[in-house]
Amino acid sequence: MSAPIVIANARIVDPASNTDRRGAVLVADGRIEGLAEGAPQGVPDGATLIDARGLVVAPGLIDMRVFTGEPGHEYRETLATAGEAAAAGGVTSFVLMPDTTPTVDDGAIVDFIIRRAAATAKVNILPAAAITRGLRGEEITEFGLLKEAGAVCLADGRRSIQSAGLLRAAMSYAANFDMVVVHHAADASLTGDGVMNEGTLATISGLKGMPLEAETIPLARDLQLASLTSVRYHAAQVSTAGSIELMTAAKRRGTGISAGISINNLALNENDVAPYRTFFKLSPPLRSEDDRQAMIEGLKSGAIDTIHSAHDPQDSEVKRQPFAEASEGAIGLETLLAAAMRLVHSGDVPLMTVLRAMTLRPAEILGLASGRLAVGAPADIILVDPDYPWIVTEKDIVSRSHNTAFEGARLQGAVMQTFVAGRSVFRHAHWPEGGK
Amino acid sequence: MADPAGHSGKRPFPHRNLLGISQLNQYEILDLIDRAERMIPVSHQPRKTLSTLSGKTQINLFFEPSTRTQASFEIAGKRLGAQVTNMSVKTSSVTKGETLVDTATTLNAMQPDVIIVRHPAAGAVELLSQKVGCSVINAGDGAHEHPTQALLDALTIRQHKGRLSGLTVAICGDIANSRVARSNLLLLGALQVRTRVVAPKTLLPRGVEALATEVFTDMREGLKGADVVMMLRLQHERAAGRLIPSVREYYRFYGLDEEKLSLAKPDAIVMHPGPMNRGVEIDPAIADGPRSVITHQVEMGVAVRMAVLDALLADPSQVAA
Repeated sequence: MSAPIVIANARIVDPASNTDRRGAVLVADGRIEGLAEGAPQGVPDGATLIDARGLVVAPGLIDMRVFTGEPGHEYRETLATAGEAAAAGGVTSFVLMPDTTPTVDDGAIVDFIIRRAAATAKVNILPAAAITRGLRGEEITEFGLLKEAGAVCLADGRRSIQSAGLLRAAMSYAANFDMVVVHHAADASLTGDGVMNEGTLATISGLKGMPLEAETIPLARDLQLASLTSVRYHAAQVSTAGSIELMTAAKRRGTGISAGISINNLALNENDVAPYRTFFKLSPPLRSEDDRQAMIEGLKSGAIDTIHSAHDPQDSEVKRQPFAEASEGAIGLETLLAAAMRLVHSGDVPLMTVLRAMTLRPAEILGLASGRLAVGAPADIILVDPDYPWIVTEKDIVSRSHNTAFEGARLQGAVMQTFVAGRSVFRHAHWPEGGK
Repeated sequence: MADPAGHSGKRPFPHRNLLGISQLNQYEILDLIDRAERMIPVSHQPRKTLSTLSGKTQINLFFEPSTRTQASFEIAGKRLGAQVTNMSVKTSSVTKGETLVDTATTLNAMQPDVIIVRHPAAGAVELLSQKVGCSVINAGDGAHEHPTQALLDALTIRQHKGRLSGLTVAICGDIANSRVARSNLLLLGALQVRTRVVAPKTLLPRGVEALATEVFTDMREGLKGADVVMMLRLQHERAAGRLIPSVREYYRFYGLDEEKLSLAKPDAIVMHPGPMNRGVEIDPAIADGPRSVITHQVEMGVAVRMAVLDALLADPSQVAA
């Protein structure tokens, strides 16, 4: 194993222990070996000392919603390039959505992804298995075999299961294996041909809208079915004020339910779409500013558990299209933390809350040992300069696709160094200290 | 007819493209209507041509079938002396999977001076305009805008009413899917005309209050005291059974018949952008009757398109970004 590392003089922020204090972290054999308050009491023989003065040291981020193009669309993104982008964004683990070609609906494909990721990617890639074969919403997959193969959760990716009966069966069966069902709630008969949030902006633009109820109606259904089946349920991505009300009420009644949100729905709103900027064509669509404010409140109140990037690489061929015809999705691994820091810098949300939603909560939902700075936990650690100013520029994008919703955005906060299992997988060009 | 194009002493038109009414202020709108009015006599001359666009190349690029708008732009271009090429969708490579951006790049390489585009997707014309070095005119993009239609409607109204400001215009029918409605609401709103939209709730888009002065679901109420009744075409093949139960019921409650029209002002005029569904949204007797100005709209269409082409192209030194 590599030499031990001491990360010293840092501001240690760990949501699991609710810690925010000066201290040092000792890493050895890929795990966190020790934590110390104040200045380190000497450095073990042969250890590398990293002076993290001025930096926040936090658990590596766990991103619950990432798409890549491997297998099937490697020109968009491979596991390796997604891993590079993740490392640059401080994401040390991500859940890979099953929307690939072929679909991740068979143990052999889960196995392929795990092997391929281990061989090529710098970060931990955790495959989600499809709930239904081919993501068609018709027949459930082999949950038990998929879990044995290494799937961390069940998800139908971009798709939403329309049949309440089928979803009930899937939830009941998933409860057998204690697998969390991650589901994107969208009623296809209400979204229809919609391409953005329904309202005045869509009307002025001549674009078909998607009403808020297209999310709240199936979410209410999902929450009732989760209660009925006692499954662990994670609403993949909520975007409306009404969804916050539903989550709050459901959490009052029972346990085992949680909700995620795309950073896009926390940092952007429907005004960003105009005029016809297809990089802002997202699922769920960017909503009104009132909804965005409700999402921030939901994050603070605990109605929302996790923040993810919804990283979805799309090439220019499918994005440089008229708005209604363009594909949905934007990349986001590299900007996840910095975009979330906007909420911190604006005073809307404390740093601890933002980090909890990207470290501890996803780890708890997925049953991972990472996501915390605790002795014995995997040394998935990030060093963050919370104030580092930068502008998102296309040429600096690490991901293979460049469809970012933050092109040209001024962000504050950047990852200076990323460790996965104690190994440095990313070092910021403007931070000389790392890796010395 | 010393200077029908009105170049002497005129301020240059400050836009390269005409993508929508939303890009124009009220002075620019009135300027285009005035220019169009001066173009009307040209079509009544024995020799119906000017030479202001001689040597210019105009491409009509229509991704949606349209007989009248395409013919109107073609005639407008030819009356100004331009060379006009029509690109029909069926013979183009668009159907072979070429993207809109590829098409734009290809056409741009042929050095046209103006491309007139109709496309079924909102925003498509703006996207194309970003990829070409010439002027672009929006001839209709999805349910977004159809600016020359709104200009010709305004010119028609002014010709019959002598003014625009202070009038009440009722726009009736499929507002949700109509680019004609949006461009008209924007134009009339910019000129302080009172606008009403009249439709069943299934054909009213969310937030339309932001565009219209008043919203009505009862057509009788909506027509009371109106100076202008503007009917829209209903895509009844698409709407029937979902947005409206039947054509019969639609006609009963939202079709323009003598009884409903009698609630408008006695001198109210009736308009329709065409093509009409007689017996669906309008009584044939009204469409062909004395209050209908529908054929006059068609004539004004040529004048408006001549004016827009002339404003955008006549003198390259005047063209700004």
